[in-house]
Amino acid sequence: MRIFRGTMTAVAAFAASATLAAAQENVEVLHWWTSGGEAAALNVLKEDLQKQGIGWEDMPVAGGGGTQAMTVLRARVTSGNAPTAVQMLGFDITDWAKEGALADLNPIAEEENWGEVVPDAIQKFSTYEGQWVAAPVNVHSTNWVWGNKTILDEIGVAQPQNWDEFIAALDSAKEAGYTPLAHGGQAWQDATLFDAVLMATGGPDFYQKTMVDLDEEALGSDTMKQVFDRMGTLRGYVDDNFSGRDWNLATAMVINGEAAFQMMGDWAKGEFLNAGKVPGEDFVCFRFPGTQDQVTFNSDQFAMFKQGDGVSDAQAALAKAIMSPEFQIAFNKVKGSVPARTDLDVSELDKCGQQGYEDFKAAASSGNLFGSMAHGHANPAAVKNAMYDVITAHFNGEYDSETAVQELVTAVQIAM
Amino acid sequence: MASAPTTEVITTGTGSPDPVGPHRRFFTADGLARVTIYAILILFCIYYLLPLYVMVVNSLKPLSEITAGGMMALPRQWTGAPWQSAWSTAQVGVDATGLKPYFINSIIMVVPAVALSTIIGALNGYVLTKWSFRGSTLIFGLILFGCFIPFQMVLIPMARMLGLMGMAGTVPGLVFVHFVYGIGFSTLYFRNYYAAFPTELVRAAQIDGAGFFTIFWRILLPSSGPIAVVCIIWQFTNIWNDFLFGASFSDFDSQPMTVALNNLVQSSTGVKEYNVHFAGAIMAALPTLLVYVVAGRFFVRGLMAGSVKG
Amino acid sequence: MSQTAPAARGRSMDRLQDALPKLVLSPTIAIVAIFVYGFILFTLYLSFTDSRILPSYNLVGWKNYENLFRIRAWDTAINNLIIFASLYIVICCALGLLLAILLDQKIRTEGFIRTVYLYPMALSFIVTGVAWKWFLDPGIGLEAVVRGWGWESFSFGWIKDSDMAIYTIVIAAVWQTSGFVMAMFLAGLRGIDNEMLKAAQIDGASTFALYRRIVIPQLRPAFMSAFVVLAHMAIKSYDLVIALTGGGPGTATEVPATFMYSYTFTRNQMGIGAASAVIMLMTIAAIIVPYLWSELREKK
Repeated sequence: MRIFRGTMTAVAAFAASATLAAAQENVEVLHWWTSGGEAAALNVLKEDLQKQGIGWEDMPVAGGGGTQAMTVLRARVTSGNAPTAVQMLGFDITDWAKEGALADLNPIAEEENWGEVVPDAIQKFSTYEGQWVAAPVNVHSTNWVWGNKTILDEIGVAQPQNWDEFIAALDSAKEAGYTPLAHGGQAWQDATLFDAVLMATGGPDFYQKTMVDLDEEALGSDTMKQVFDRMGTLRGYVDDNFSGRDWNLATAMVINGEAAFQMMGDWAKGEFLNAGKVPGEDFVCFRFPGTQDQVTFNSDQFAMFKQGDGVSDAQAALAKAIMSPEFQIAFNKVKGSVPARTDLDVSELDKCGQQGYEDFKAAASSGNLFGSMAHGHANPAAVKNAMYDVITAHFNGEYDSETAVQELVTAVQIAM
Repeated sequence: MASAPTTEVITTGTGSPDPVGPHRRFFTADGLARVTIYAILILFCIYYLLPLYVMVVNSLKPLSEITAGGMMALPRQWTGAPWQSAWSTAQVGVDATGLKPYFINSIIMVVPAVALSTIIGALNGYVLTKWSFRGSTLIFGLILFGCFIPFQMVLIPMARMLGLMGMAGTVPGLVFVHFVYGIGFSTLYFRNYYAAFPTELVRAAQIDGAGFFTIFWRILLPSSGPIAVVCIIWQFTNIWNDFLFGASFSDFDSQPMTVALNNLVQSSTGVKEYNVHFAGAIMAALPTLLVYVVAGRFFVRGLMAGSVKG
Repeated sequence: MSQTAPAARGRSMDRLQDALPKLVLSPTIAIVAIFVYGFILFTLYLSFTDSRILPSYNLVGWKNYENLFRIRAWDTAINNLIIFASLYIVICCALGLLLAILLDQKIRTEGFIRTVYLYPMALSFIVTGVAWKWFLDPGIGLEAVVRGWGWESFSFGWIKDSDMAIYTIVIAAVWQTSGFVMAMFLAGLRGIDNEMLKAAQIDGASTFALYRRIVIPQLRPAFMSAFVVLAHMAIKSYDLVIALTGGGPGTATEVPATFMYSYTFTRNQMGIGAASAVIMLMTIAAIIVPYLWSELREKK
């Protein structure tokens, strides 16, 4: 491994030094923000850099929520042609840092005081062994439930505060003829649901033990079986056509009044707003019953790849620009997430955004900010995907809860 | 074989005599049988055309009609906006450029790759059949096996090799990759074709003093038109539609059209503009479809002229 | 006949002529040796290492293979490949042959129909996948449309059914390639010797026997090419599966190609990915090598 890494960085250095002159003025950015809203948000960054005389070389590769981009990244790094900055989530950053491929951003971090304003839970991914390697752009939180207010009023339900109330609400919706829970049967969506149910059932400590520490005993415990049982219960509240459905089509079911609830991250808000719905009047959003104090998050970050020795001027400029308060607000206003810094004035964000930010800060200071397993922020990709397999197979009825628990333990073992 | 009466009329299964036409017919179906044949053919036409119909019809609808449902229904409001969007204004990254700029990238890459692999394939086929030596069949088998390598498996080692050769992220690099993995098939096509080519002609030319390349140039190449077209069509389709290599081995300024199309269609969040996606997909397939249509006649003739015979 | 050139010149010319074919072939041999077999060996090596996100060279023995066979999805993937590949190859060949024979009957609009059958292969599956997904979706696709026409009990929800989903992939895959196979057989049919057929007809052979005894055996080389093309597509069918079902529902339509991609690139477990690739290659070799050997041997 050391020989390889040495060779690899040597190759990278060789290739980079040949183009150093040109590279210093431009940044090549690999990302998958290719839809209208995301691109608009990214444009803020591009223009910021342009004002500083730095060119933006766009390298978008969509697909699989970043899967294709990560494949392309491997090929690029292996061939000694790494991009300047890459959009990355959670443990992927850690994995690449382990390979020694990321640049050291400490000088900039110290200068700009990042350590003070970025919560520890997020810093966990932005840094590796004390060294800053990535700049966080935003924070999405995932444990939200969205409800169609008209339907809820009709069946006489307020916001459920705990599991039993939630089930009762789902039952009422079913009796009234609506699809109780709109859901898209893709692995990551099943897992997002699982995250919330697990947090609600076992509490934050259990979440930490199972999802982050990967403690075998906890993974094989009765509490885990209860979690799977509850997932099975929820399975009874989704419609027959849920398999493979895209998340935004499930949101559409709630918007159109076909379904009462959807459990989805805060990006769902955009769908409601685009359809002209008003928060509080047409739809409501609340934390998954039982997780009111917690925030499970995922955070997009730009990881800086070594382009020779040290950090190039362009990379430093990019990193600073990403972390600047102006960019954080402007970007998150368009994207619908909240900034990654806790020291900002968010009066420009809309009501839901402001509320989300307050929740985020509160959770950060009370130790209730948890990386979402479903989005790669609790454990490495191998483990996450292994869990996906079990969760989705169980949700699709391939085996019962007892087997699911055993499969989960085995899967995590293999993946480690 | 019993000696046959020398008539020009063939008695067929249904009993009605019929002269042998330009297309060999070994049974003349009349009336009902004929109708059945046409019916079956048309039935399958529907099977093949259905997805295209869905795509075309939905690419001409405004998005509101699509979300309202009815994927098979004709547009109530016909619009060409999705096509325009896919061409020049759709979001494929930070810039909303549509697919237009990426077509050039693809063409620059596809043409040399197809040309190179066709020529080398032809030479290989020539050598393996007319100048065969001990082990040439084995070598052919080994080359052929290369057709089955899954691309994902070679992605990382190839990236390394390209890096070592200094071709990473360049158009020549991508051309080289496609050339390497296209050789298997082009050799297959030409080798089978030349195998049916009469060896006596080659021997005669040799005796007359013609050299290796002269024979190729003067004798085999002129009658290779059909199979060359077959090979070109196959290579063009595969290289034009390739995504994995195109995405992994290109830089920001040489991304082929498939990457842009993929970005258009696979955006994770945001409204999915299915009409634009379909328009983009058809647009992306037009060059290949054109090649198919124009060369379609050659295609069958090419395979016919011996490539699939022993 | 020309006088043989002065002996010395003739000999060196001969030597050059002897060497030339092999010289011309050698770049290809070198390329195939490195970029195909070299890479296979590289993958084989990797399958015995602890490679995660990038190749590493620490050997760990058989661990990857042991883990591989503990993974449920791998079993499913292998099963699916067998089901999918056999159905796909058989149906494509049968359909291709049928359509070729029909088209050969002096059909008026042959050119047009042929193009209609051929065009699916030109379309990239990145988007035709969406069209098929819609079509097969019970909520908005064929089932909904037919029910809308009045046939209330029609059901076609295979794509959402764990057991039947793999067959929807067969349907879409056959759609894509059977036209090409048809073209190959059509060409083969057109290359069959007329004289032989005439003679057999005059001898009183029935149409059926004609086909069985003469036509179909003559199409053996066409079958070989078709088999190579189809097997190649069956093994490489990554785009198709991802576009249509994403490997789902659950892991019901996982195939070795998607499995390998997922473990190598998404899950950062390159060691296991390499092991699965090796197993896949061995399976392919076990089937294709004997077939090719028997076909090529006869061609000599």
